[in-house]
Amino acid sequence: MKKLYCLIFILCSSLSFLLTGCGNSAFGENGQVIVYNWGEYIDPMAIDMFEEETGIKVIYEEFETNEIMYPKMVSGSTVYDVICPSDYMIQKMIENDLLAEINFDHIPNVVNIGTQYFEQSKEFDPENKYSIPYCFGTVGILYNKTMVKEPIDSWAVLWDETYYDNILMQDSVRDAFMVALKLNGYSMNTLNQTELETAKNALIQQKKLVQAYVIDQVRDKMISGEAAIGVIYSGEAIYTIRENPDLVYVIPKEGTNVWIDSWVIPKNAVNKENAEAFINFMCRPDIALINFEYITYSTPNTAAQALIEDNDIRTSPIAFPDLSLYKNLETFQYLGVEGTELYNNLWKEVKVY
Amino acid sequence: MNKKKLLGTPYFIWSTLFILIPLGIVFYYGLTDESGAFTLNNVMAISSPGHAKSLWISLGLSLVSTLICLFLAYPLAMILCSGDHSLQTGFLSSKSNAAHKNIIVLIFILPMWMNFLLRTLAWQTLLEKTGVINNILAFLHLPALKIINTPYAIILGMVYNFLPFMVLPVYNSLIKIDPNVIHAARDLGANEFQVFTKITLPLTTPGIISGITMVFIPALTTFLISKLLGGGKILLIGNVIEEEFTQASNWHLGSGLSIVLMMFIIFNMVVSAVFDKDGKGGTL
Repeated sequence: MKKLYCLIFILCSSLSFLLTGCGNSAFGENGQVIVYNWGEYIDPMAIDMFEEETGIKVIYEEFETNEIMYPKMVSGSTVYDVICPSDYMIQKMIENDLLAEINFDHIPNVVNIGTQYFEQSKEFDPENKYSIPYCFGTVGILYNKTMVKEPIDSWAVLWDETYYDNILMQDSVRDAFMVALKLNGYSMNTLNQTELETAKNALIQQKKLVQAYVIDQVRDKMISGEAAIGVIYSGEAIYTIRENPDLVYVIPKEGTNVWIDSWVIPKNAVNKENAEAFINFMCRPDIALINFEYITYSTPNTAAQALIEDNDIRTSPIAFPDLSLYKNLETFQYLGVEGTELYNNLWKEVKVY
Repeated sequence: MNKKKLLGTPYFIWSTLFILIPLGIVFYYGLTDESGAFTLNNVMAISSPGHAKSLWISLGLSLVSTLICLFLAYPLAMILCSGDHSLQTGFLSSKSNAAHKNIIVLIFILPMWMNFLLRTLAWQTLLEKTGVINNILAFLHLPALKIINTPYAIILGMVYNFLPFMVLPVYNSLIKIDPNVIHAARDLGANEFQVFTKITLPLTTPGIISGITMVFIPALTTFLISKLLGGGKILLIGNVIEEEFTQASNWHLGSGLSIVLMMFIIFNMVVSAVFDKDGKGGTL
């Protein structure tokens, strides 16, 4: 009997050996790079082109939220070379000493990225050492002009009783609280108890008017006319307006969230040079352009912006807003363990109410 | 060591890797805090008003949908069985009866070939304000159906998805009843109602109990149905746990609440084991 267990053990271990062997043989001629990005956040063609031009094999994985990405990256079950988290998550990673400084000499194409975006990045990466912007945008209100009385310019419309059962809210803590905090004129990074309490009560009060709390489905529901008003990311707004011309996107006058998703390299990355080659490739204007056309999220690549053929999109205030025209724009900041828990608990109170 | 144990080895390895070890990890996270020290706080967190409320809602909704499933499934199982019995005993045996039964089985089984997620998403498209059902109703000048994003839609989703788990055990126990027992009861002067309450119902109790278990447990733990059909407005305990992992990244609390949920499941299974000592019900 013991022999049999031995045999099984040997079989299992040789199987795992074989599997790791497969991993090695998948190396490109110039090694590999393991990329961890948001779902549907790149044109697959861009990856093929990168592999063809550089001979580096790309292993591509996707995540849904920053919060799913973080523990997976920390656990180290897969050692990623390039990741594309959002602003506040980058700040958290920097604070926890998880990111490597990027060698900008290896990324000459970085000149294509507009300096204002690096300026904006300083809110979470103060010395611009760890991150290179990939996409950016705002959060605003998308409304169907055939279903509302007058043009909308304020978050307050989300509390207007005439739109009962016609409002779509974002189903995530920070985005939902951003709306309520901005409505009351507070900072969206506040840790002030009374301000947060006010925001929480506003969200509870709003709940009976809300048709559904959704994330990606805002897109489909707005296109099909299921709801009149929705809170949406600007990148999604471009796509929805293309599908349904009755839709209008506005940045509310009380201000909003300007977010940036940036490429970073983890400290434990094995293929750091390949990672830099990948980021450099993504910063090339023609590549940034095909990615923009595929995912419709605004690119900070000013050289790529100039290449956009469609005049309406090149000058679109949704895709490339003149941020100096708006007041009270902010970028999310990491709130620390306790701050995050505080927000989560308040959000739970709203959701179970 | 005998041959049977030997043949069980692959399953033993499988269950260790994919059931026991993950369970151990859940218990480890559930009973420790951020620093790795032992604590019961994650489990006790169920008593906080928010968590308790979502647990009550989950229990309530899954109880209602289990009952609806039972009342839908029992007659259906009897219809499916009656065909069989009449064939066995020679009464009313006709080809059309068998064909009739096959069609019922087909209608019943057909949707199960589709993915669970797709079926639930389909309900969303059907029930939406601008959805298929409301378009038809509007065309017929009938009032609109407003159940999407309410608890009713969640119950509908649960009943729809878990009904087969009720029908099959009940059918299994019905088909095992010896028709002669029923004939004997009739010979002794029992009317239909008495036959049902004195013979059929007691003999199918194990099937009913295991059907209840098999519907109640997935209904209690679901987070997808409430997310898709409840519009995120009704937080079931499954949703609370899911959000602890995906949004709040608090694995400790998520695991702690899972342990509480596991206790409910174990309780339910113990109850069904007591009723089903000789293993007559069960079995899919």
